Amino acid sequence: MADETESPAADAATAEPDVAPAAPTPATPAYVPSSRGPSSHGPRTGRPAGGPGGREGGRKYFRRKKVCKFCVEKIQAIDYKDFRLLSQFVAESGKIVPRRLTGVCTPHQRRLSTAIKQARNIALLPFGGRA
Amino acid sequence: MRTYEVMFIVRPDMADEDLEKLLSTLETQVSAAGGTVKNVERMGKRRLAYTVRKFHDGAYILLTVEGAGAAIHELERRLRVTEPVIKFLTVRVDQEHARIAKLKERRKPAAAPVETVAAGEDAAPVAPA
Repeated sequence: MADETESPAADAATAEPDVAPAAPTPATPAYVPSSRGPSSHGPRTGRPAGGPGGREGGRKYFRRKKVCKFCVEKIQAIDYKDFRLLSQFVAESGKIVPRRLTGVCTPHQRRLSTAIKQARNIALLPFGGRA
Repeated sequence: MRTYEVMFIVRPDMADEDLEKLLSTLETQVSAAGGTVKNVERMGKRRLAYTVRKFHDGAYILLTVEGAGAAIHELERRLRVTEPVIKFLTVRVDQEHARIAKLKERRKPAAAPVETVAAGEDAAPVAPA
């Protein structure tokens, strides 16, 4: 708060999200975590995404660690016939759920996606149900 | 020799004996083309996820066939022409199984050396300081 009152140039600085306040404020670090969320600076620009939650614009900090269900149970092959397993990864509308929600790792998500598409072709899973 | 899984759906109002006739025809046709039918699994009548040719239910059949690509090509052509078959899907399974078998092989020998190394390390810190 003291930053804005000290230098009138700081008003211009808040309009430009990336530029730190003017020189006479030594105490301000270049990267301020959650105290200034993305809402105070307008559009989310490319701030350093170091640390957790960088994807969401720094709003959430620690998301509980999601483990890949297939890696834990050591399932290598995902069968298209196993529609009960596959339907866990499919939304109500029939869409494939993204892996950031289910916590599946990338290679397994690819195989899962192929299996779901095969199951859809053989009418074990719908292409699009009630959206 | 490649292994394929052919799953097809037959219309639900088909009689059982007609189904048996169809399956035996397909089997003879596959052997004639130089393949072998490893397994036939009748998965029963199921409700389809969407309407296929105005049918809401269908009888699922799974064939595991081992043969060259030409045999499968011929089989698919036959299925496409057969009237009671409303949908089919062919998947090649031997590459996936080979990959999994190779991963299992790679995992097994790794277990043995780890145990001997651990035993050696346990002895060392026990020595009096």
